[in-house]
Amino acid sequence: MEQSRIRNFSIIAHIDHGKSTLADRILQLTDSVTDREMRDQLLDSMDLERERGITIKAQAVRVHWRGHELNLIDTPGHVDFTYEVSRSLQACEGALLVVDAAQGIEAQTLANAYLAIENNLEIVPVVNKIDLPSADPEGASAELADLIGDEPGRVLRISAKTGEGVADVLDAIIARIPAPAGDPAGPPRALVFDSSYDQYRGVIAFVRVVDGRFETGEPLRAMALGTRFDAEELGFMAPARRPVETLEAGEVGYVVTGLKEVSALRVGDTLTSERRPAAEPVPGYKDVKPMVFAGLFPTDSDTYPELRDALERLKLNDGSLFYEPETSQALGFGFRCGFLGLLHMEIVRERLEREFDLDLLATAPNVAYRVETRLGEWVEVHNPSEMPRELERVEEPYVTASIIVPKDYVGAIMELCNERRGRFDHLEYLSEERVHLTYELPLGEIVLDFYDQLKSRTRGYASFDYDFAGFREGALSRVDILVGGEPVDALSLIIHRDAAYERGKLLVERLKQEIPRQFFDVPIQAAIGARVIARETVKAKRKDVLSKCYGGDISRKRKLLEKQKKGKKRMKQIGGVEVPQEAFLAVLNLDQPKK
Amino acid sequence: MNAGARHVYVHLPFCAHRCGYCDFVTAVGRRDQHGAYVEALLAELELERGQLADEVETVFLGGGTPTFTEPAALARLLAALPAADEVTVEANPETVTPELAALLRESGVTRISVGAQSFQPHLLEVLERRASPDDVRRAVHTLRDATIDNVSLDLVYGIPGQSPADLERDLAEALALEPEHLSCYELEAKPGTRFTHAHGDELLRQAEAMETYFERVVETLTGAGYRWYETANFCLRPESAGGRDLRARHNLGYWLGRDYLGLGVGAVSTIEGVRRRNAPGVPRYLEALGRGEPPERELEPLPADVRERERLLLGLRLDEPLATAGVEGALDRAALERLTRLGLVEAGEELISLTPRGRFLGGGVTAELLA
Repeated sequence: MEQSRIRNFSIIAHIDHGKSTLADRILQLTDSVTDREMRDQLLDSMDLERERGITIKAQAVRVHWRGHELNLIDTPGHVDFTYEVSRSLQACEGALLVVDAAQGIEAQTLANAYLAIENNLEIVPVVNKIDLPSADPEGASAELADLIGDEPGRVLRISAKTGEGVADVLDAIIARIPAPAGDPAGPPRALVFDSSYDQYRGVIAFVRVVDGRFETGEPLRAMALGTRFDAEELGFMAPARRPVETLEAGEVGYVVTGLKEVSALRVGDTLTSERRPAAEPVPGYKDVKPMVFAGLFPTDSDTYPELRDALERLKLNDGSLFYEPETSQALGFGFRCGFLGLLHMEIVRERLEREFDLDLLATAPNVAYRVETRLGEWVEVHNPSEMPRELERVEEPYVTASIIVPKDYVGAIMELCNERRGRFDHLEYLSEERVHLTYELPLGEIVLDFYDQLKSRTRGYASFDYDFAGFREGALSRVDILVGGEPVDALSLIIHRDAAYERGKLLVERLKQEIPRQFFDVPIQAAIGARVIARETVKAKRKDVLSKCYGGDISRKRKLLEKQKKGKKRMKQIGGVEVPQEAFLAVLNLDQPKK
Repeated sequence: MNAGARHVYVHLPFCAHRCGYCDFVTAVGRRDQHGAYVEALLAELELERGQLADEVETVFLGGGTPTFTEPAALARLLAALPAADEVTVEANPETVTPELAALLRESGVTRISVGAQSFQPHLLEVLERRASPDDVRRAVHTLRDATIDNVSLDLVYGIPGQSPADLERDLAEALALEPEHLSCYELEAKPGTRFTHAHGDELLRQAEAMETYFERVVETLTGAGYRWYETANFCLRPESAGGRDLRARHNLGYWLGRDYLGLGVGAVSTIEGVRRRNAPGVPRYLEALGRGEPPERELEPLPADVRERERLLLGLRLDEPLATAGVEGALDRAALERLTRLGLVEAGEELISLTPRGRFLGGGVTAELLA
């Protein structure tokens, strides 16, 4: 189709503000799906997404409206996927910015709206849920117009639920969003904004053609990674796959690559033709690196192979998931996994437990550290137990955190951020009631229970988003927990020097409650290097006998002792001390967010 | 030694009252049944006669309260049981009268085990025992008057509210009676008993404070010249007892893994690799034997590996070293080495034994030693 009749757009909205409902309504109104085919929230195909009301993987769908071809490119709804969001936005010329008429702007909307503005997208402001009794369309419109510098009168007021105003939205897309302006005759270039894995056909790339034309069967190349493959099939989603012979400048569609590994094709890469290669890729490609790490161990060591298979399968569809085998003396065989962020970690863990029916133990999450060794080398450390005890300096990742709260809670937020080594950056009033705060915070302070604290200290009113801001040097220490004089690898942690004592004390006290008394005194210590900062002792048992044992008791007493022995066998030996797995669990769960 | 059991246990379930902490098979009152029950016991003995060795070494009458049984029935039972070198009867202090003592003496009873439990009235009340401290003393004197020269006292420690001073007093009072033998048990809150319901939480709370009571018991009694020959049992040393070995021979039979025949409700036998347990109800027991049939019972086969484990766990309760020859398969060698290093076990080429500290931790140590 002529580029002038194409519009490419995405929808930016906070969780629950109605993005999926609006997308469904658009599909219905443009006759893209019959009512029979209609399922609510058609675009979110994974169960987990459906349940949590979030979109994890983006997809694109093509609809037709008044002689135009509209491509809706769905964006992941969470901070961990900022990079994927930015690639999705780069594939568009415009975006619908949808805000709940009762809730107003949330931190996540704000972050993605800024991302859209940075990408020079035309923003079409939409206030949704005007049918709600608690709706304040006036207030929400004013907030929205103010944010993007538009007239309040241009803000569309709709109810995706009832369908009211949805046709106006489609009209506004055509009227306000510019048509693509690539070079139809130039060397072909297409931006990969998403990919998925098909068991039979391999990696499927979702692309926006920027220049030129792609033909089925022609040899292609991914410019950043250099991966080569043939375009086995080209097509678009409507919303099922529809094969076509060619994809042309301005169009959105998919390419069946036949590649067997998702990692061979990265989001943000540019596809070009081997016959007539482009000189420059589409700008903006980044190699995204995991920032949050945790050890995942099967509760039952026999299920280790199943965990490995499950991770392999998840990785097929999730190029950003990282994992490598890890052996812990306390927890056995498992994997060190890297995630883009906290939500990504939670999603992966939940999918492993739910879709693959695995019982998992997770260590406390930590961030990636950059460490300069005494020899002047820089290494990246993903596991506290691998942190060199002798080092020159440590750098940790920082984020710019964006928090929106009712003004009464500003004090509580500031207190929390100060406790977490935050550096105040900025405060502005979005309206008379709502305040937007930005802080620089170490990511390591966020991965533990920051989000829970934020919610509990603001009665759930705060919304929160963050963006990676780079590595900074920090006064960090490695704290080891020793049982019977031997460090427990799974419990080592990296923590700011000022908090090390408190934390060490807490861990040691907790562990003391969990370790059963043994035949000898068991010291439990927290130490920085050779310096012990906290200590408790599990006193030796003085008496452990079966008082009575005569003819009638023998079977029962034997069974009792056999059971005791079995229990002992299940325990892990650390420094000659028998430690039940529950003890590690209790300590690891000390402040992990409750589900 | 010829085949067959050389040890006979007879269960007499009747009691005047069921104490709250008791989980034995007991039946309160039912004086009218005592005669019939004894007849049933003797019928069971006839059915099992073939399981017995020609020479029986020991007979033990336990309960319940054997001495609560109607005297005529008790006399008939004792007369009909096979003769043995050691015949023990358990007695509650309040049941010991000169008449009873004479009856026992005349019936060939050689040893009386008196359920004293404590000498402190407030503790006896917690245990719901009917005897007073004076009853205990009177009972022992009565038995002495009847020339019974082997008296054992049962004591319980770890009673809710028992102070260290209470324990010291109990031990001193017991020693003052110069018993040949003492059995000292830690009070167990057995699940499902009335006692656990009433005192379980308190027992948990005081557990740590009473952790040293076992050590105190052992120190006091060994200090007074008694031999700590089994986890919970003490006897006068031969040098203070005219050369007599005063260990309970019947119970030694259990701890050495010998076969034994049990008669009566709830009684357990272990003969040639099979353990059987009679059902607990008195009426059904009477019915079955009235028909000339054996009572209902559960059978538990004891394969060789189980027998080895039992020999290990029983043998380590004693103060004499255990020969490893018969228990090799039941021994976790790595654990043995670890526990030896910790000073809890002494292991030679052919023998193993627990050190004194190992004996205080005997349950846990044995559990660990099991392969």
